[in-house]
Amino acid sequence: MKEKIISIIESYGRTSGRLMDILLSVQAEFRCVSEEAVSLIASELGVSEADVNQTKTFYHFFTTKPVGKYAVYMNNSVTSVMKGMYDVVDEFEKQAGIKFGQTTPDGLLSLNYTACIGMSDQEPAALINNVVFTELTRDKVRKIYSDMRDGKPVEAMFNEFGDGNNANQLVKTMVKNNIRRRGNVTLGEYEVGKGLTKALSMSSQEVIDEIKNSNLRGRGGAGFPTGLKWQFCSKETGDKYVMCNADEGEPGTFKDRVLLTERAHMIFEGMAVAGYAIGAKEGVLYLRHEYKYLKAFMESVLAELRNKNILGNNILGKGFNFDIRVQFGAGAYVCGEESALIESSEGKRGEPRNRPPFPVQRGYNAKPTVINNVETFCSVVKIIENGSAWYRGMGTEESAGTKLLSISGDCKMPGVYEIEWGMTIADMLQMVGAEDVQAVQVAGPSGICLPPSQFNRKIAIEDLPTGGSMIVIGANRDLIKDVVLNFMEFFEDESCGSCVTCRSFNMILRKQVKKVVDGRGIKSDLDNMLAWGEIMRKTSRCGLGQTASNPVSTTIKNFLDLYNARVKDAEYQSDFDMHKAIEESCEVVGRPANIHE
Amino acid sequence: MSEKVKFTIDGKEYEGAKGQLLVDAAAENGVYIPVLCHWKDVIPAGSCRICTVKVNGRFVAACTTPVEDACVVENNTPELQDIRKAIVEMLFVEGNHFCPACEKSGDCDLQALGYRYQMMVPRFPYAFERRELDATSPKIFLEKNRCIFCKRCVRMIKNDKGQSYFAFKGRGKHLEISMDKKLAATMSDELAEKAMKVCPVGAILRKEVGFSTPIGQRKYDNVPIGSDIEKLHK
Ligand SMILES: Cc1cc2nc3c(=O)[nH]c(=O)nc-3n(C[C@H](O)[C@H](O)[C@H](O)COP(=O)(O)O)c2cc1C
Ligand code: SF4
Ligand code: SF4
Ligand code: FES
Repeated sequence: MKEKIISIIESYGRTSGRLMDILLSVQAEFRCVSEEAVSLIASELGVSEADVNQTKTFYHFFTTKPVGKYAVYMNNSVTSVMKGMYDVVDEFEKQAGIKFGQTTPDGLLSLNYTACIGMSDQEPAALINNVVFTELTRDKVRKIYSDMRDGKPVEAMFNEFGDGNNANQLVKTMVKNNIRRRGNVTLGEYEVGKGLTKALSMSSQEVIDEIKNSNLRGRGGAGFPTGLKWQFCSKETGDKYVMCNADEGEPGTFKDRVLLTERAHMIFEGMAVAGYAIGAKEGVLYLRHEYKYLKAFMESVLAELRNKNILGNNILGKGFNFDIRVQFGAGAYVCGEESALIESSEGKRGEPRNRPPFPVQRGYNAKPTVINNVETFCSVVKIIENGSAWYRGMGTEESAGTKLLSISGDCKMPGVYEIEWGMTIADMLQMVGAEDVQAVQVAGPSGICLPPSQFNRKIAIEDLPTGGSMIVIGANRDLIKDVVLNFMEFFEDESCGSCVTCRSFNMILRKQVKKVVDGRGIKSDLDNMLAWGEIMRKTSRCGLGQTASNPVSTTIKNFLDLYNARVKDAEYQSDFDMHKAIEESCEVVGRPANIHE
Repeated sequence: MSEKVKFTIDGKEYEGAKGQLLVDAAAENGVYIPVLCHWKDVIPAGSCRICTVKVNGRFVAACTTPVEDACVVENNTPELQDIRKAIVEMLFVEGNHFCPACEKSGDCDLQALGYRYQMMVPRFPYAFERRELDATSPKIFLEKNRCIFCKRCVRMIKNDKGQSYFAFKGRGKHLEISMDKKLAATMSDELAEKAMKVCPVGAILRKEVGFSTPIGQRKYDNVPIGSDIEKLHK
């Protein structure tokens, strides 16, 4: 073990800045990062064990005890549950004879849950040893389990692959693209190198001006004007970085997955354009661990681009140098927050930074850094190619261009749609074949839960801004139990825990929602939830805590009747359930738990 | 000398140095903004959120925000006072704090803020999280039940190689303060004393030197927290 770990550490240049990669490699090699491994890594890197543990224990996919030879991570996001996750879970548990959270005694199989893995259009889905399994059913689980018993490698458990590059030799995944609508920008025609060639014929300020004039706004959700961000960064001096945010963790979004699969060249080209514009020589693509199946493919695209001299030294003979490396995450939604993404890329726990300073002033390795979403970089390439006026010709006055939507849930055609900004929710529902809709969750759990009375609103930054996640919730769903509670469990698990408010309120709000679901809620609980959610919004450091009360607050606002039907009109209701507390002991002595009856 | 800036807090005009953190600028002017994680001249953690103020209408942490010329700060408004009280209550329900039995009682910033904000009963349900006590170091106890995750120990207690004795473990509701066993075994008395001093609560306690200052003569036994700052400009 020792030699292997030391060689891993060597391969990453023996720096604690690459601790994430070191831990990822050790976990992959030994199915865990044991205490001995931590000790060795710490002494080799010259840091304290507590520091190594600080990073290790932050991420979902690092474990102290070995995971099974087959490590199942079942997605427990809303859409997965909607599409029958509990049947799949039940079958896995039956077959393996263990519960989720456990490993079989022979070490063959471990079962764990994980947050949204970016497959909401083909749920229920799970990762098994980093290989994606979609549209799982009881039958498929039985087959998988028997293959496991036979010792088959996971890659050999299936032989049908998805469309497009999903079937590429280096990918070979069953994941489907589900591209349902192509627009003219990110999923339209694309010729490698055209955008960059044009950019390099312009001055870097002209490139920035073109992006500014296009009114392009960030596609990661916050909608910050991209040209302005680049302008800020270009004014700084010294070494700089370009980072691409491919963490795609907001439940219900998967459009970056499709771009990574079908537009990898375009993403890297867009990063190079940004590098030229701001004066950076290095780029980092931060890719979520759930998309590990794209690793070899992404690396081959980088190699191809280097061969074509679109990356590397003296790019296209214009004296511009730029190269990109891929950084993997290890399972943490908050690492999609740009400053947490930087911390994580530096080998630390993914805790969002305090601002100021902003990343454009002081980002990766303390150098000025531009971070943009995958889709933003793709849009950049086409804007440079066709000009800002062309781009502004699409969309609305305030939201120029097209937007990729990831649409999932109760609809006939879940998938990725490239639309012009400005479409109404009603039109969107018609487009995806959704009938009898109770609500649409716009922009994921951190967004808003929209009732039918507001389906005439527009998908646009000025009305309903979104990073693209759209979850259709049918009339037959129990909104509070199936959706709100699931979202609050998500935030409770994913808070980095640094702010008092986000760490605690998410837990408290989740418990309050559970209380309502269990029929023990009272009217004043609703007022409390709203008031406490407000405190979390006002005082939390980053976007996670600032929006985590939205599932509760937007549903209390828009679906009050559902709550009123469930809460009692009582003055007081204890949080303590006497029945439950004595149930077990009553069973032992053989009398019913009927203390209050 | 750095550039001067003028700003207002709750309508009154003050002066500070450009780039200075708002908490420090306020304190120099005799205005108390409560803090739990802030420690002057150490990189801010911005984690306890008790210093939340409104600057030009936006909520920000005063310990991470530099003063700007002409900025308008709200500090002692009923809204902010209630938020701060809520945060104190939150910390009491989140951890397990039995003040009468705690060595730090009277010297504890959290307890003192409880008094300052006249906390009676927390409005939130208790979490009753079970946390451990780590007594492996020969010099200190790490009583995790009382930790409020201010990160002062993480940021300030290091050896001469810059290695940390303390670090976070886990995330979210499973967050824990942890101590490096190997380093803690060799901790000096001076560092142990410093660790206990910087910890705002009774989570880091020295072994063998209990109650060196008797109850009744401790920092907040006779004056409320913040009064040293407020006294400045009386
Ligand atoms: C909790 C949290 C998670 C986020 N996750 C992502 C993400 O997965 N992908 C993304 O592009 N932006 C995400 N963001 C937004 C980023 O912080 C940042 O605004 C974005 O990457 C900037 O790129 P853009 O301007 O091109 O959108 C997240 C923000 C927060 C607060
Ligand atoms: S708001 Fe939540 S996720 Fe963001 S820094 Fe604070 S604790 Fe971490
Ligand atoms: S042990 Fe004390 S100093 Fe360290 S984080 Fe906890 S409360 Fe802060
Ligand atoms: S003192 Fe400002 S956040 Fe703690």
